[in-house]
Amino acid sequence: MIPASSLAEALGLAAPELILAVSAMLILVGGAFGGRGSSGVASLSAVAALIGAAVAAAWGDQGVAFRGGFIADDMAAFAKAAIYAASAVAVVLGERWLGRAGNAQFEFPVLILIAALGMGMMASAGDLIHLYVGVELHSLALYVLAAFQRDDARSSEAGLKYFVLGALSSGLLLYGASLIYGFAGSVRFDDIARATAALEGEGTGVLFGLVFVICGLAFKVSAAPFHMWTPDVYEGAPLPMVAFFTTAPKMAALVVLARLLYEGFPEAVDQWRQVVLIVALISMAVGAFAGLAQRNLKRLLAYSSISNMGYALLAISAGTAGGIEGLLIFMVLYMVDSLGLFACLIAANRAGRSMENIGDFSGLSRVNMPLAVTVTVLALSIAGIPPMAGFWAKYFFAFQPAIEAGLWGPAAFGLLTGVVAAFYYLRLVKTIWFDPAPGEADVPPLDAKLIAYASAIWAFPVFYVVVSLIEPYAAQAGRSLGLS
Amino acid sequence: MESLVTILVFAPLLGAVLAGVLGKRGDSKPAMAVATVLLFLSAGLSWGVFYQTAWHELEPFVVRIAPFISVGDFQSAWSIRVDTLSAVMLVVVTTVSALVHLYSWGYMAEDGGRSRFFSYLSLFTFAMLMLVTAADFMQLFFGWEGVGLASYLLIGFWFHKPTANAAAIKAFVVNRVGDFGFALGIMTVFWMFGSIEFAEVLPRVGEFARTEWAFAGAQWRALDIACLLLFVGAMGKSAQFFLHTWLPDAMEGPTPVSALIHAATMVTAGVYMVCLLAPMFELAPQAKQIVTIIGAVTALFAATVGLAQNDIKRVIAYSTCSQLGYMFFAAGVGAYQAAMFHLFTHAFFKALLFLGAGSVIHGMHHEQDMRRMGGLMRYLPLTFAAMTIGNIAIAGFGVPHVFGFAGFYSKDSILEAAYAAGQENPTAMFAFIVGVLVAGLTAFYSFRLAFMTFNGPAVWKHEADAGHGLKAAAHHPDDHATAAQNESHSEPDVSEHGGAHGDHDHTPHESPWTMLVPLGVLSVGAIFAGFVFHERFFGEEQAEFWRSAMRPDRVLFPESTSRLLEEAHHVPEWVLWSPTVASLIGLAAAVFIYLLRRGMGARIAANAGPLWTFFYNKWFFDELYHFVFVRGAAKLGELFWKRGDRDTIDKLGPNGLAALSYFGGRRLVRIQTGFLYHYAFVMLLGVAGLLTYALFAFGAVE
Repeated sequence: MIPASSLAEALGLAAPELILAVSAMLILVGGAFGGRGSSGVASLSAVAALIGAAVAAAWGDQGVAFRGGFIADDMAAFAKAAIYAASAVAVVLGERWLGRAGNAQFEFPVLILIAALGMGMMASAGDLIHLYVGVELHSLALYVLAAFQRDDARSSEAGLKYFVLGALSSGLLLYGASLIYGFAGSVRFDDIARATAALEGEGTGVLFGLVFVICGLAFKVSAAPFHMWTPDVYEGAPLPMVAFFTTAPKMAALVVLARLLYEGFPEAVDQWRQVVLIVALISMAVGAFAGLAQRNLKRLLAYSSISNMGYALLAISAGTAGGIEGLLIFMVLYMVDSLGLFACLIAANRAGRSMENIGDFSGLSRVNMPLAVTVTVLALSIAGIPPMAGFWAKYFFAFQPAIEAGLWGPAAFGLLTGVVAAFYYLRLVKTIWFDPAPGEADVPPLDAKLIAYASAIWAFPVFYVVVSLIEPYAAQAGRSLGLS
Repeated sequence: MESLVTILVFAPLLGAVLAGVLGKRGDSKPAMAVATVLLFLSAGLSWGVFYQTAWHELEPFVVRIAPFISVGDFQSAWSIRVDTLSAVMLVVVTTVSALVHLYSWGYMAEDGGRSRFFSYLSLFTFAMLMLVTAADFMQLFFGWEGVGLASYLLIGFWFHKPTANAAAIKAFVVNRVGDFGFALGIMTVFWMFGSIEFAEVLPRVGEFARTEWAFAGAQWRALDIACLLLFVGAMGKSAQFFLHTWLPDAMEGPTPVSALIHAATMVTAGVYMVCLLAPMFELAPQAKQIVTIIGAVTALFAATVGLAQNDIKRVIAYSTCSQLGYMFFAAGVGAYQAAMFHLFTHAFFKALLFLGAGSVIHGMHHEQDMRRMGGLMRYLPLTFAAMTIGNIAIAGFGVPHVFGFAGFYSKDSILEAAYAAGQENPTAMFAFIVGVLVAGLTAFYSFRLAFMTFNGPAVWKHEADAGHGLKAAAHHPDDHATAAQNESHSEPDVSEHGGAHGDHDHTPHESPWTMLVPLGVLSVGAIFAGFVFHERFFGEEQAEFWRSAMRPDRVLFPESTSRLLEEAHHVPEWVLWSPTVASLIGLAAAVFIYLLRRGMGARIAANAGPLWTFFYNKWFFDELYHFVFVRGAAKLGELFWKRGDRDTIDKLGPNGLAALSYFGGRRLVRIQTGFLYHYAFVMLLGVAGLLTYALFAFGAVE
């Protein structure tokens, strides 16, 4: 990586972040003048800014800036493009949803932009300070988003719970970061790597700090046993916000975790792998088993996301370039499935009320066939049933790197929990197709419907084309961490 | 010639497909017409092939159509083998099938599923043609299973009748036992020879004449084992003793089906296979002995059972079984020519008898119980004439050296050969004695059938007032039908009767011309088939007649069989006369009991003496099998299902794991209290746990 020689060059490397930050402020100012009616324009601008940032990230220069604290490489570019795209979809979904809920505010796109800014920084973080700033920046925005329906008690409760537990996790993260700094003498990942290598077996303190940092980031990706907030927040927060929570922030947190582990502790793969694996295994099990008992679809999808984070962590614990490649593609496929499923939830209403419980979906095939097909395709995909995208995501991009790294035991465990988790997806499918319909469904809103259809078409068969297109980039990203 | 033969074989398949497709529309006439015309085309071509083979020295050949299975050494191809053996079968199959197609126009005229019926008939014919023209064991097996499938479909054609479904399943299951042996036999052959092509296997059997295998502490001749296993398949398909139980029940199907499948063609497949593999069987003396014994016992067994049955179709079914026994012991003693000859003539007169019985049943408005017939001679004169010809043919009446009906020549040739072989082989002598005895029994039951049906008082007249509704109640008091008896199920009164059959009285009526023409054609065959073809099949010209496509020397049957036939032509004069005399005795007994002493037959039945009961209940085979195999299998299955699968595997496996998972999920969710401090507590526990684990994992703590 070439260090930036001047401030201008450094700012050029951070162009996506600059675009987002400047747009966020401009929209904020414009919104303050425009008032309530400006939320549409604000959202449109936010989407444009996100697209611009994604383009800048994908095609912009690469290098290291700000004394190694900011890294623009292939992995950052890939992750940012995905994060910004998911954020843009969330803006669209949320703007329309809030409009229908009578709560359209221009602050909403601003908060998403700020969250996206924080997540971009996480993806590019080259030292612990940047990591922490990114985590806090996007977390604070998310807390507000969770409580966005401030008149709704459950939404407020969700925001508060998220905030308090998030603060706790930030504490863990900071404590771990300070331990690492204390033992390694540097906050930069590459310096930490050199320092740990020099410690030669005396690195327990550094690794002790690393465990704290892993715990803090595990909270962000809602990996067990740091998942406790997830079902409650998902249930309480507005649907489009949850769609956002379950996608972009997890990508960001996983990428920054991967970068910290791969760049900061390349010599200690065998040590941190065991910790990450434990978290992955517990996540898979908790996500699969606890999901069995859920009737509320939002809670169900919370557990679904917990078990999928287990698979993502399994890919990371491979400790190879293939692991990073698998992680990135797995996350992309997972994000599309999740966004699609939440779009379906937004689209499926009866008498003005969202169909939140599994029972509400009974007989959907007789009421709204296209939506029923969409939910079915997405549920089968995320359950990992061929030939849908989720099957390849799980078995080729999450399990394969792990198996190649010799972790066939955990991969087999993941396979088994996948079988258990398949139950609740298939139960949803069964409810949709074989149970009697209690009544007509409302006409689905256009935006959610289109996004849901697009996701389903992506899950099968478009992804076959797309994956072959993005796979070289993901492979490049995996190599950019300097691993074989 | 090759393309003509290909058309010959595939025309029925085309007919089956077209009939099935066309029948989807309302009118079934086009479907039936297409199937029938294609079958007649096929039959015409078959006669051409047969004529060329029998009189014009057409060289045998094999048409290879396409590869079938190619795995390592295991090579199989779709082919059409034309030689004398298959030409004989082609004629039999397509002729009877074409006539049955025509016959069905009349017989099934009132049935709603006619096009389906014709489609199945044609499908069966195609499978049978694949079977007889096979050039390797694989295609033989394909045809074997194909006819089994078609037989299943046709027995259960009236699928709304529970008894028909049960009979179809029974036929299928019993045949499965035979097919299992057949499949094992094919595997044995492949293991020995490394090939399943007849042209590779049959010329090389001599190499393995002395091969022995050790199994279960004894030495077994390899060829004996292979032949026995293959013969088990033949036993199933040809309803031989132990595996015969399905054939009488198969009479649940429409009568044309019985004529085509369960008399003339499919059931003879086993005989055909044994003759086809004559070179193998000739080198397997043990297997030949068993074939002889099974054949003789079947002939006797089925004939005795046939004496006491009251259902017109069942009598003929047991008669078929008995005649197949003749064919098998002929093959068993080494007279394959005689077996094929009897197969050939039997096809004519047995199809004639079945179609005649169908004509009676049709005329009697689907009544099958002979005790409720009688005096039909006046009402169905043409049917009576045809049936009488058939009965004379099957009873084998004729004057040696002058003329006889078809059955006379073939049965005599079998018995002559058995006697000739019996000079050295006691088993063959046993077969000969049984054969003569059965000839008498055959005459008896055949004419018993004729007299009960066509002569005597018209029982049905007294019941006409009571109408069809009281059928069950009107059964004779002596009919103490046991549970497994399944006797006298009449064919269903088809509800779409319309004007033709609907409201008019129950006076029997003669059948339409579509049904009478086949009877006429078959009558000609039943009279002359033996006389015309005797010399070629069995006499002086047999060596030139039987030519094979499977051996380089073109010889179908080994040298030893020709010697046997030569000896058979020089047996003492009394051997020639013995079956005729036995038949005359049987006829006299039938005349005495059923014509002169009217009511004597009913009295014998009413007395229910032990022998009569034994015969009437078919030697109690159904009861025995029901007790041992059906109930035993059901018990065993229930044990495995309830104790094994449900209580053990399911309980510990799928269901148990599912319940455990669900239970675990519920417990896991209970920590999700909604209280922040619980959540924070769990997180901190997680951190503490991970740190502790990490300390051990990093090796920081020894």
